[in-house]
Amino acid sequence: MDFKLLVFWVFSLVLVGAAVGVITTRNPVQAALFLVLAFVNSAVIWMLMEAEFLAITLVLVYVGAVMVLFLFVVMMLDINLAPLREGFHKYLVVGGGIVAAIVFQMIFLIRVKWTGDDKFPQPVPKPAEYSNTEELGMAMYTDYLFQFEVAAVILLVAIVAAIALTMRRRPLTKYQRPAEQVLVQKEDRLRVVEVNSQDNQDIGSISNAATKASAAAKANAANHSDNGDNNPPIDGATEGVKP
Amino acid sequence: MDNLQLVAPEMFLLCAICVVLIGDLFVTENRKPLAYGLSQVALLVTLILTWWISPETGSVTAFGGSFIMDQMSVICKAWILVVSMGVFLYSRDFVNSHKITNGEYYTLALSGVLGMMIMVSSSSMLTLYLGLELLALSLYAMVALKRTDERSAEAAMKYFVLGALASGALLYGISMIYGATGSLHFDEIKSSLAVNGEGSTAAMFGLAFLVVGIAFKFGAAPFHMWVPDVYDGAPTSVALYISAAPKIAAFALAIRFLVDGLETAHNSWQGMLIVLSLLSIVLGNVIALAQVSIKRMLAYSTISHVGFILLGVLSGSSEGYSAAMFYAITYAFTSLGAFGVILAMDRQGVSVNLLTDLRGLFRRSPMYAFVMMLLLVSMTGVPPTVGFYAKLAVLSAAIKADLTWLAVIAVVFSVVGAFYYLRVIKYMFFDEPVEAAPVNAALDVHLGLAVNGAAILFFGLFPGLIMAACAAAFGL
Repeated sequence: MDFKLLVFWVFSLVLVGAAVGVITTRNPVQAALFLVLAFVNSAVIWMLMEAEFLAITLVLVYVGAVMVLFLFVVMMLDINLAPLREGFHKYLVVGGGIVAAIVFQMIFLIRVKWTGDDKFPQPVPKPAEYSNTEELGMAMYTDYLFQFEVAAVILLVAIVAAIALTMRRRPLTKYQRPAEQVLVQKEDRLRVVEVNSQDNQDIGSISNAATKASAAAKANAANHSDNGDNNPPIDGATEGVKP
Repeated sequence: MDNLQLVAPEMFLLCAICVVLIGDLFVTENRKPLAYGLSQVALLVTLILTWWISPETGSVTAFGGSFIMDQMSVICKAWILVVSMGVFLYSRDFVNSHKITNGEYYTLALSGVLGMMIMVSSSSMLTLYLGLELLALSLYAMVALKRTDERSAEAAMKYFVLGALASGALLYGISMIYGATGSLHFDEIKSSLAVNGEGSTAAMFGLAFLVVGIAFKFGAAPFHMWVPDVYDGAPTSVALYISAAPKIAAFALAIRFLVDGLETAHNSWQGMLIVLSLLSIVLGNVIALAQVSIKRMLAYSTISHVGFILLGVLSGSSEGYSAAMFYAITYAFTSLGAFGVILAMDRQGVSVNLLTDLRGLFRRSPMYAFVMMLLLVSMTGVPPTVGFYAKLAVLSAAIKADLTWLAVIAVVFSVVGAFYYLRVIKYMFFDEPVEAAPVNAALDVHLGLAVNGAAILFFGLFPGLIMAACAAAFGL
């Protein structure tokens, strides 16, 4: 057997196995690791197809960055998977039936005229000094320049959308305001309470007073954050001057 | 890198988007209208540029044939820009009073317009897909922009998941057609299929997925599930945006794929579109009868109108395509006006939601009631409004394509649909108002709606003004 064919069979079998592992394992961390395995194997198969640059990018970007980030998220989030698995067997019958029907129809349609090696031209191997990266770069910045730029605009919109949807002043979140923190007076934070150590009832009332004070401070902080950053101090000043 | 000036409108719009995005950061709260004003100016200049560089006749391509400027793209772009200007005008006060962040709203809306312009004048599948994604991504974010509202977050989630699925189907179809024909460019696909005939199973296999993707983006039944939820859950200004200009872009999407690329496979996609069109007209009109929310009612009415647009496309003749184009354009500004009235009635965070909220509008503000009546009558398809002529053109194209039975069903169900439009008119004119206060919208909104209503009547009396351009776009 040809060595390339052997490599293809080994790696594609591992790839399919890993892909099955991703969706069957119950542990999300294991699923993510299976996905890493699948990516590495498909990178090798791309390498066999002489797409070296894409293969390396797949490993660098997906395995190196995306999946590591994904693993972080999976490990940090405490996802309760029980509700997701509810009714698995109930839906399996219908879902399995639909999938079987789709697969059957696809095979029926494609089988008719569209199989056999003779339908496709045999790819010719590129010469040894052929640079995949260079060709890709040339194509991307000449023939596909417009599409490349539009893709960049899509990324820009994605950034704007992500920031618009997440970076908000939430009313319940507390923010530090250094200017106001510096200006704080002793009276704002501190209250002198007469303590009589002999009397038990007094101790109770002191702790009550303490909780009240902290509640008041919290309400204060919440009010501050409610005002939001959008109103710069100048506005307040001009409003104050108005008759 | 010849013909670079053909993309001048797009390049200008992109620069304007960046200016709006950054400029908004430097203005204080009390000078908010800056983003709005800049966006309107940007759209206007883009419109002028589009008109200026448009070729006299025929088509010109740029970027190695992946960008095309022909009559259809010029007309569609011009209307997309005009309709978007109306959208911005009507939604300005809503955006301000509902505390939607101004800069991001206009940035996303403008990038959606950019996406639509790219879609309309793309002549390769890759460009078309990228334009579509640019539009879709902006729309997902705009639906979710009022994040504290749970319903809008839910609508955005549904829209995003279903939209991603549809994009997947579309991409799968594109890859199949690329595999079968060896090219991403529509003209090469056409010539390759002309040689192979319809024998290429792979291309037909891909075509099925393409039609699914197109139907989803149009919101045609049975891929319409997202439409009512998104219209209902999204802020009204965003629902207005989605209901207007993207319909013209979706029409261009269908024409580019099905006519420019796969016209030789007309027999194959005609059957699929007949199913979509029939289901859309029937389901849209029947389910709309049961709606109590005005936005949901308009959503189902959109679905039925999409059925009519598809009816024109599936006729497979130049007449049908130009009729569908006329329908898409006129529907866009009819829907624009209908949502415009709803937005004008919105006051300080209290949105109009139920059909009964329109009760007695005539007593409160006769002008708004008349404009709304014209729009609803036009949606029903009664002469002398523009909706009548649009339906007439589409139906006559369908009859010429020997699809009389389909035309009959379409007419019967648009008569069924007349009920829910007329019910709203009854509410407006014959019922007692709940509150007596007149609708107080800004003067320019007032003026805009008056022009919008007048346009419905004017183009209904003189449809030739738009129709001639649509016919010229398809070489009639």
